[in-house]
Amino acid sequence: MAHTGTYSRCLQVWFSLVVVSVPLEQVEGVWPLPQQIHQSADRYSLSPQLFSFTYGKDSAAQAGCSVLDAAFKRYFSIIFPDFTKGAENGLHYLWPEPKPFVVSVSVKSRGCDGYPDEDSDESYNLSVSNGQAVLRSVTVWGSLRGLESFSQLVYQDDYGSYFLNKTEIVDFPRFAFRGLLLDTSRHYLPLHAILKNLDAMAYSKFNVFHWHIVDDPSFPYQSRTFPDLSNKGAFHPFTHIYTQSDVMRVIEHARMRGIRVVPEFDSPGHTQSWGKGQPDLLTPCYKGDVPSGSFGPVDPTVDTTYKFMERLLKEVKYVFPDSYVHLGGDEVSFACWQSNPNVRKFMEKMGFGKDFTKLESFYMESIMNMTAALNKTSIVWQDVFDYHERPRSKYVVEVWKQGCYLCEMRRVTKAGLKVILAAPFYLDLPIPTHSWARYYIVRPLAFRGTDEQKKLVIGGEVAMWGEYVDATNLTPRLWPRACAAAERLWSDEEKTLNADLAFPRLEEFRCQLLKRGIQAEPLFVGHCKHEYNGL
Amino acid sequence: MYCLLKFASLFLAVSVCHGWLFGDFVGKQKDLDEISLWPQPQKFQSSAVAFKLSPVRFQIVHAKESSAGPNCSLLENAFRRYFEYMFGDMKKHEKSRKKVFDSDLVELKVWVTSADPECDGYPSLQTDESYELSVDGPSAVLKAANVWGALRGLETFSQLVYEDDYGVNNINKTVISDFPRFAHRGILLDSSRHFLPLKVILANLEAMAMNKFNVFHWHIVDDQSFPYMSRTFPELSQKGAFHPFTHVYTPSDVKMVIEFARMRGIRVIPEFDTPGHTQSWGNGITNLLTPCFSGSKPSGTFGPVNPILNSSYEFMAQFFKEISAVFPDAYIHLGGDEVDFNCWKSNPDVGKFMEQQGFGTDYSKLESFYIQRLLDIVAATNKGYMVWQEVFDNGVKLKDDTVVEVWIGNKMEEELQNVTGAGFTTILSAPWYLDYISYGQDWQKYYKVEPLNFPGTDAQKKLVIGGEACLWGEYVDATNLTPRLWPRASAVAERLWSDKSVTDISNAYNRLVQHRCRMVKRGIPAEPLFVGHCRHEYKGL
Repeated sequence: MAHTGTYSRCLQVWFSLVVVSVPLEQVEGVWPLPQQIHQSADRYSLSPQLFSFTYGKDSAAQAGCSVLDAAFKRYFSIIFPDFTKGAENGLHYLWPEPKPFVVSVSVKSRGCDGYPDEDSDESYNLSVSNGQAVLRSVTVWGSLRGLESFSQLVYQDDYGSYFLNKTEIVDFPRFAFRGLLLDTSRHYLPLHAILKNLDAMAYSKFNVFHWHIVDDPSFPYQSRTFPDLSNKGAFHPFTHIYTQSDVMRVIEHARMRGIRVVPEFDSPGHTQSWGKGQPDLLTPCYKGDVPSGSFGPVDPTVDTTYKFMERLLKEVKYVFPDSYVHLGGDEVSFACWQSNPNVRKFMEKMGFGKDFTKLESFYMESIMNMTAALNKTSIVWQDVFDYHERPRSKYVVEVWKQGCYLCEMRRVTKAGLKVILAAPFYLDLPIPTHSWARYYIVRPLAFRGTDEQKKLVIGGEVAMWGEYVDATNLTPRLWPRACAAAERLWSDEEKTLNADLAFPRLEEFRCQLLKRGIQAEPLFVGHCKHEYNGL
Repeated sequence: MYCLLKFASLFLAVSVCHGWLFGDFVGKQKDLDEISLWPQPQKFQSSAVAFKLSPVRFQIVHAKESSAGPNCSLLENAFRRYFEYMFGDMKKHEKSRKKVFDSDLVELKVWVTSADPECDGYPSLQTDESYELSVDGPSAVLKAANVWGALRGLETFSQLVYEDDYGVNNINKTVISDFPRFAHRGILLDSSRHFLPLKVILANLEAMAMNKFNVFHWHIVDDQSFPYMSRTFPELSQKGAFHPFTHVYTPSDVKMVIEFARMRGIRVIPEFDTPGHTQSWGNGITNLLTPCFSGSKPSGTFGPVNPILNSSYEFMAQFFKEISAVFPDAYIHLGGDEVDFNCWKSNPDVGKFMEQQGFGTDYSKLESFYIQRLLDIVAATNKGYMVWQEVFDNGVKLKDDTVVEVWIGNKMEEELQNVTGAGFTTILSAPWYLDYISYGQDWQKYYKVEPLNFPGTDAQKKLVIGGEACLWGEYVDATNLTPRLWPRASAVAERLWSDKSVTDISNAYNRLVQHRCRMVKRGIPAEPLFVGHCRHEYKGL
């Protein structure tokens, strides 16, 4: 292994020499690539003292718009990172007559205090010319995307002066759902790790934080209705939990960046930690005629289970504003159900025979109906669909199984259900090749199907499961590899199929992430002007 | 979305070996679980009798009989460091407990027995790192021949201390007698493929000390960049570094690394790899590299160091004179791996030279010719050298004290047999290339390696003086280096320190989980082994 490895080290050396020797002159500096971007060599200098954001006269949103006011503040520091450090001195001499530059933002509909949702229009137009940039969008969420692109257009020359080139951008996302899953059950992620990743998500135009908040190993969500769930199910009842105010903070931090927060309360499997704080929720497993002392999935045969789930989902509806809730439904082991005589009796009564997938479907349908009654849309893992291909209700299917995921996409859309693709974006599986390109070359719509079917593919999702990941290594493992998926989900596939062309752009974007304080790991040999300063 | 793994069932075994547990103290046995020494000491006895350590009263002192005293700054620094590790987050409630109880351990006496404690010296390959530790109230005694053994013992002592449910530090009655199985226990970091800021290197030296590693193999330059700032040839880094000011190691940086390492009993062995892996050298030194030819014309690209010019050797003599002065260790790593012959083959002057020397078309003879002269140059500076295995394979005549580093995984046992059969000392890095990553708990793979598992006599086995975990830099920089290295390298640390018989994976898992939490608590972002949590999670980011 070492032998072949270092052999490839040699090859890579040559490869890198080629890359390094090509001077990285203004490559198209926006990641993910906008739908249309035209840049010319005309460039304008920016002086931080004379730079400002303003609301356009015709804009529905004006000063006082919480989302945009905060975004202006944020992006000012991103665009001029040295400004607050007082390193601006020499510039006056270099630019005796600094010119003002105004970014004028116009929004059609106000909606500054709402939340982004599945129908949010994220499109924007950006026109940069001498002394001004005009950013137009339908919603404030579109303005956020445009501000991000704008910030990526600005660069510093060798003397530290800021410039940007004349640019026209017309942009909109290819998919409405561009998600990233973090798992806070297998390892607890401190709040600041989550917030940091929301920042990084915004830089790559991700718009859904799929919060896999609980699972077998721990239950860190502190429920108001059932405080025992985290008291007894978290790794630690005080230090390893998310309080209600923590959750609110995550949701607000996400909202400010146009990111939806979709919580996942996965059941009936993956619920070992629930059982600690909620007795009688899980199915007692049997060994012969006696309970073995261990527990299986949620017990789908007793009323108390459904009453509990209803109250929990009511709380979830109240706490999480998004219209989607992820109900899980994956990887249910039937062995425990099979061993339990009450479950077997119930199966008989319901006429399920020996088919436990029917029992799971029965359970999932019940909680999906509850969710629908709360005016929420359910997302479930593909297992639920696979068990019961002719759905009786509408739900969104998330495709996660490796193998022919496109076949599954075809089946799900054929059944008329919306689908999210996660299978090729499992970033927790580090592969020996360190390759980001395998996420980049995914083609989510490359299955045979009608246009109607393709429209049902609402997006994709990067998954970072937590078995081997916590605050020590989460960020570098996620970034910049997740950026590859971000471009796949936002940009025009025809313009972004070539990973070799994307490589220098992504390298530069990774350096930008470092400059913004995101601990993004290197793609290959090389350096950034501003290396990561943390540890 | 993975099948449910029964992770909970792994946490059973007790991490004590040869323990004498007193039956009366059943309630205390839980505390014994909290002790997790890493790497496992050679001889270790612990009882359930626990003493309390008060942050106000407890102190680390020089024993009266010790040859080291308050003017031994190396130990004074170590005392402070380990006090911080043990009580760092407790100083807040300093006032809480002033009274001394019978059950208190009030001091650790450090007793250095040799006449020369080596306070101002450097550790070497011959250093005796053994120590004896006895904890029995009211004082504990740490006995070692020199400061280097004392450092290892302090680390062990700090690992014996555990927090009880009330947040009070406890230590159990313990007797330890410990020494390393191998003398050379190294970590290779590569600061050429990516520049590693000084604080990343220093943090990893800290982590190395926590794992009793004692060699920092600094692969400081390579094809991609030349960050070492040379006093004799400043143009090497001026033109060969990624950036001449921000991506370089100044002489004072290098000094700092060496001193920081010394304070932790770690040797710094720099590697200046030639004749291959030298692209970045050519940026600053014209005519050093071989011009490659395309047909009858120079192609504009360059190959390995040009072995046919006297100027190459003159340069090397001056350069290594500097290196031998800057780095105090008795060894310099000279590389010698992966030389690509294509460029030499293309160059007509090299061809002529081959003919003159009677090398025929065997370019490995030319390589040997170069290496031979280089070795003579370095030997003249009174340094020993380490080389990658190719140098031995090519039949270069080596000094008796040369250390050959075996890095090629294929036929590794055969190579060890050959190298030791020829009478050379060797270190093993082939099974420990930590830059390769895979899903899951690959630390087990590193842990299961048995370095002496090759056919050979006892005398041959004795020539294996250790090993190294290598983290090559293609995909690693400040952003991800530390969590990628730790705790995976810890597996190698135990293999190289502890007795051959310490091989129980589930016992190792339990101890390593706690050891990684300890590193996290001390500020090292060591990544998790598997699902779970630490009482003190990583606070950085």
